[in-house]
Amino acid sequence: MASTLAEKIIASHVGREVRPGEIVITGVDVAALQDGTGPLALLQLEELGLVKAHNPAGTVLFIDHAAPSPRKELSNAHISLRNFARETGAVLSEINEGVCHQRLVESFAKPGDILIGADSHSCTSGALAAFATGMGSTDVAIGIATGRTWLKVPETFRIVMKGGFKPGVFAKDLMLRLIGDIGADGATYMALEFTGSLAAAMTMAERFTLANMAVEAGAKTGLFAADETTRKFLAGQDREEDFKPLAADEGAAYARTVEIDASSLEPLVSAPHTVDNTQTVAEAAGRKVDQVFIGTCTNGRIEDLRVAAAALKGRRRHPRTRLIITPASRTVYLQAAVEGLLKIFVEAGATVTGPGCGACVGVHGGILGDGEVCVATQNRNFQGRMGNAKSFIYLASPATAAATAVKGEIADPRELI
Amino acid sequence: MILKGKAWKFGDDISTDHIAPGRYFHLRTNLPELAKHVLEDAMPEFASQMRPGDFVVGGRNFGLGSSREHAPRIIKLAGASAVLAQSFARIFFRNAINVGLPVLEIDTAAIKQGDELEVDLEAGTVRNITRGQTLTFAPLPPVMVKILGDGGLVEHFKKYGDFNLE
Ligand code: SF4
Repeated sequence: MASTLAEKIIASHVGREVRPGEIVITGVDVAALQDGTGPLALLQLEELGLVKAHNPAGTVLFIDHAAPSPRKELSNAHISLRNFARETGAVLSEINEGVCHQRLVESFAKPGDILIGADSHSCTSGALAAFATGMGSTDVAIGIATGRTWLKVPETFRIVMKGGFKPGVFAKDLMLRLIGDIGADGATYMALEFTGSLAAAMTMAERFTLANMAVEAGAKTGLFAADETTRKFLAGQDREEDFKPLAADEGAAYARTVEIDASSLEPLVSAPHTVDNTQTVAEAAGRKVDQVFIGTCTNGRIEDLRVAAAALKGRRRHPRTRLIITPASRTVYLQAAVEGLLKIFVEAGATVTGPGCGACVGVHGGILGDGEVCVATQNRNFQGRMGNAKSFIYLASPATAAATAVKGEIADPRELI
Repeated sequence: MILKGKAWKFGDDISTDHIAPGRYFHLRTNLPELAKHVLEDAMPEFASQMRPGDFVVGGRNFGLGSSREHAPRIIKLAGASAVLAQSFARIFFRNAINVGLPVLEIDTAAIKQGDELEVDLEAGTVRNITRGQTLTFAPLPPVMVKILGDGGLVEHFKKYGDFNLE
């Protein structure tokens, strides 16, 4: 029978056809922890007497959310991750290396994999045609020790994307529109599958942005077919051998399909405090902004930094608006240095930080004050997300964020680029 | 099992940032301390005033957001006996079962702050004693009944040494 991408990947792991709703126990190719969820996972393994990694090369511990550590409790948590890596041979991604999801797509996930990560945005690797999903510490702990997990085979929700982006409009805007339309729980328990002429034409960076935010619609994962673009991306990371083509079967059954025409989109924001609170930049324009944050696993890639640099070149941030720029990984950081982007940012008045999650999750490095407004390129604007329940977060593309930094209020990027 | 307590009523879209805020990230290795801040940004008085056995009652999409398992753990640690909501976000739901916190999908619209509730997990009923109403909830999937019945995934593994979900 014809299968969706999610069904195909799970079927290849369990060695038989699968149908939505079935519960399967499946092998896991990559299991990931980060410094917020990892310590609890390791405690669970200790309690079970299972301090081991079934597949050390596919077990990755990331120190990214609080990197470098802003306080001793977190430094101690980091020690527990380092010790586990040393004892089991699992891979450790240190404070200089970047956000877990960017590191996973650069160096670990590959088409056809099942990846479980104790971080909800683990769905990012779905852009490489990996069945990649977020779980809690205990689930991932068990996955690390046994090499297996249980899954309910999800129904698939197909997103057919066509048309092209007008100048100033980006993949981020498309995703904000989609989540605004289907709602923050519009795809709960389902796999999103991104298809259509625009999906095929998209760069990997654009695909990562969409897959990253699949969970913001409640989805388990967000999948793209593995095609020539995927192969080139992997080749660019020196791992072309990890490529294999993978696509849904013709005639696969989808629980729901929506079409979206990118040509009809304009720059958008998600207004506080839910991601599905989508507004046009025109509607939000003029709102005074205290901080702009460009980075994260959603939009901290080199392509995003290039867009921001194009808008910021030769300009200065507005005196009222702080600008923080955090490359998603060491590779991105280095590339931005080579291309002269960091110079443009610093000249524009930005604070450029080392790679990592940075200000995204309210742990350190950009916590908002009472009543402050932030425009951020991340994936969540929940109340309290950036460390203060009395602040307000708007989500936007890097272009809109950069234009906002220059103008000091929410601004249309088409005025600058 | 019969659970009895008072309802603490929350709105729609209660996120893991409401339940376990990022500004207490450093307390993730100190769950009893973190539990003192549970749901603080949604209802500041909840943690200090709730009594063991009380219920957290949400609206739509309860627990959306991060994969932090600390969220259901501290709801349980604070003493809540179950979470009732119109619907749940996927990862929160799975985490709750894994840590042994009952999560019940039920129409919560008629439940008001402070209502006395009696939940019968086996019968699948919620009796609102204050309002004299009885609601029923859909049973959990069998896999989850099994894990919850064992007291969570770690206890399940202790018992069987492996997945035993049949
Ligand atoms: S950048 Fe933000 S959303 Fe991404 S993994 Fe880090 S904290 Fe989570």
